[in-house]
Amino acid sequence: MATEILMPALSPTMEEGTLAKWLVKEGDTVSSGDIIAEIETDKATMEFEAVDEGTLGKILVAEGTEGVKVNTPIAVLVEEGESAEDAAAAPAADTEPEPGSPAKQSNAAAESKSEGGPGSSPERVRPPVEPDWPEGTEVRQQTVREALRDAMAEEMRADEDVFLMGEEVGEYQGAYKISQGLLDEFGPRRVIDTPITEHGFTGLAVGAAFGGLKPIVEFMTFNFSMQAMDQIVNSAAKTLYMSGGQMGAPMVFRGPNGAAARVAAQHSQDFAAWFTHIPGLKVAMPYSASDAKGLLKSAIRDPNPVIFLENEILYGKSFDVPVMDDFTVPFGKARIWREGTDVTLVSFGIGMTYALEAAEKLSKDGIEAEVIDLRTLRPMDTETVIESVQKTNRCVTIEEGFPKGAIGNHISAVLMEQAFDWLDAPVINCTGKDVPMPYAANLEKHALTSTAEVLEAVKKVTYR
Amino acid sequence: MATRKSTKKPNVSREDLTAYYRDMLLIRRFEEKAGQLYGMGLIGGFCHLYIGQEAVVVGLEAAAEEGDKRITSYRDHGHMLACGMDPDGVMAELTGREGGYSKGKGGSMHMFSKEKDFYGGHGIVGAQVPIGAGLAFADKYKGNGRVTFTYFGDGAANQGQVYETFNMAALWQLPVIFVIENNQYAMGTAQQRSTSTPDLHTRGEAFGIPGEVVDGMDVLAVKEAGEKAVGHCRAGKGPYILEVKTYRYRGHSMSDPAKYRTREEVQKMREERDPIEHVRALLLEGKHASEDDLKAIDKEIKKVVNAAADFARESPEPHLDELWTDIYAEAT
Repeated sequence: MATEILMPALSPTMEEGTLAKWLVKEGDTVSSGDIIAEIETDKATMEFEAVDEGTLGKILVAEGTEGVKVNTPIAVLVEEGESAEDAAAAPAADTEPEPGSPAKQSNAAAESKSEGGPGSSPERVRPPVEPDWPEGTEVRQQTVREALRDAMAEEMRADEDVFLMGEEVGEYQGAYKISQGLLDEFGPRRVIDTPITEHGFTGLAVGAAFGGLKPIVEFMTFNFSMQAMDQIVNSAAKTLYMSGGQMGAPMVFRGPNGAAARVAAQHSQDFAAWFTHIPGLKVAMPYSASDAKGLLKSAIRDPNPVIFLENEILYGKSFDVPVMDDFTVPFGKARIWREGTDVTLVSFGIGMTYALEAAEKLSKDGIEAEVIDLRTLRPMDTETVIESVQKTNRCVTIEEGFPKGAIGNHISAVLMEQAFDWLDAPVINCTGKDVPMPYAANLEKHALTSTAEVLEAVKKVTYR
Repeated sequence: MATRKSTKKPNVSREDLTAYYRDMLLIRRFEEKAGQLYGMGLIGGFCHLYIGQEAVVVGLEAAAEEGDKRITSYRDHGHMLACGMDPDGVMAELTGREGGYSKGKGGSMHMFSKEKDFYGGHGIVGAQVPIGAGLAFADKYKGNGRVTFTYFGDGAANQGQVYETFNMAALWQLPVIFVIENNQYAMGTAQQRSTSTPDLHTRGEAFGIPGEVVDGMDVLAVKEAGEKAVGHCRAGKGPYILEVKTYRYRGHSMSDPAKYRTREEVQKMREERDPIEHVRALLLEGKHASEDDLKAIDKEIKKVVNAAADFARESPEPHLDELWTDIYAEAT
């Protein structure tokens, strides 16, 4: 009986990859554990091992093929007595994995993700109403990952005092490949691999900032920043005030924040509201690649400690990025992605995927939503939100963080205080559920907010 | 603690010895005055006095050069005076006034002076240790040959981030001197009740950091050890640990009745090991100064401290607008 070899998922967020190289050829005998191919994800090139024994009957996907979906059959393994011809016939009848098989489940999870919005689908996102660059500027498609790397590289070229430190940022090229190539360009003096010691290296970076440097601290994920919370809050954020303005911490703390995919409670948490609570910190949480680039460049130049919250699922997503010598985006200026008259959707970071998808669907039902990306949470451009609500009279906020003390709660309070007379319905906050993130695919999906929840909330505030 | 061997002839000039006497006496009188102002309700919150530990900072400052940095915990008044910060500004910060180093916004535990390379004044036990290594990191990055004195107590020596820092400081050969001011009590907990092994200077061994014990009641011993540590750092050999055995005469803070030790223990230390009396004796025995000379210094210090107290009482409270300043730095 011929066995199919399927395209493997090699990271929690991988949905497709490139079959970079076959290390075996048709007719070769393979044993379990043999390395048979090299697979390139968006983060790394990984070796792929055989699980079963047999003879490689047929290669179904040629090397160099890009965009091979996870679970696509890539080769067929035949047993003794079978021929490659037998094998060639086999896969056609059997491309769909057995229902209930693990492969089927992960397929379902991947599908539900792209349906929910945050999948790394290569389709172009509609550009916002008001871009941050002059009309006629050339743009090119770039992933958030590339935009972040370019931002750091440009600022490091411009300012010798800027350096990057964190776990695996150098030789490994970044756990999520954000710092790819930086070690080669800037060397180990400025791209520093740290031990796994968040509290310690965060404190050390704060001291380096006091001492006149401009550190970029990468947390492999923001979940690990909790180890360093004291240094961020008590040392970095407060020293300017406590010293009467004599010294502060010009630095950036950056890394992926929020839920990724199937990594459960300790690795899936949105810290936007936590950090936004602290005077002395600035907080950015970009959605698009151009904002990731423009805001990170501004963050590195800012003379204050900046929390820069990225998202693993967005890393591979492509957007228009202007081709400019020095493109920056200012803090405290929201971006209107879509103009509308019936309801205001306010979001930031990955929440924007739900907001924009909901807006498209609502438009088909005759509801025109105005979609605002806050981009920075501290300072927060509530003025743009208020102006919009004065026009639409309704507001729904969208974020993946926990519901109590959420960013949406704050926006609701601001609208109640400053736009009470314009509101025709209570503001609804779409948030993550008030539970630790579960592992099971179906539970995880329900723990997050969704486009469906946004649609339901809009129906409520528009009394439809 | 070993009893003092006063027979050894100190290799120090009359000027230097007199300066150490003056600097230590300034700290002692300043702290006594601070205690008094606290009792009068002019200083609020937590106030941790340095009385008894004066030889530590004065000895190490004698080993420092212009541009070297220092950072410490909340028991910081002595460090500030020893590095040349203005007693008026320090005292006015204690009273929470406009004329204080932090415009009244930091208080006793959080004071800084960019001008004097004093990086605080940190209220979270042990937090200053990685920050101190970071200052040294910046110096090494710039290649300016400076060293950083990172002070912490025997209590902080049990914080995890201290060891995270030791590892990085050794790994990256940072020019940082870890000064463990072992005053034998972590607030009210005696060292033997909190610390599995008594020798804190060996705490760097696992990381390959050399360390030594220093008699912290002898300013000349501290200076000598400091010079050795500074030489090590400046030669690019990485961090160094000095465990300076000292003693605080007062409670942990002003509100601490210090019931965890006997009055006799404190009295014995004051009588037999007082660091200021030690230098005083050296000055007199070596005929470097007469009783009258020392009286003149005492008088001068008293004047400085009284002036600081007057300034701290007369300086106005910060303007209410100050509530909203210095939260964010403006881009330059």
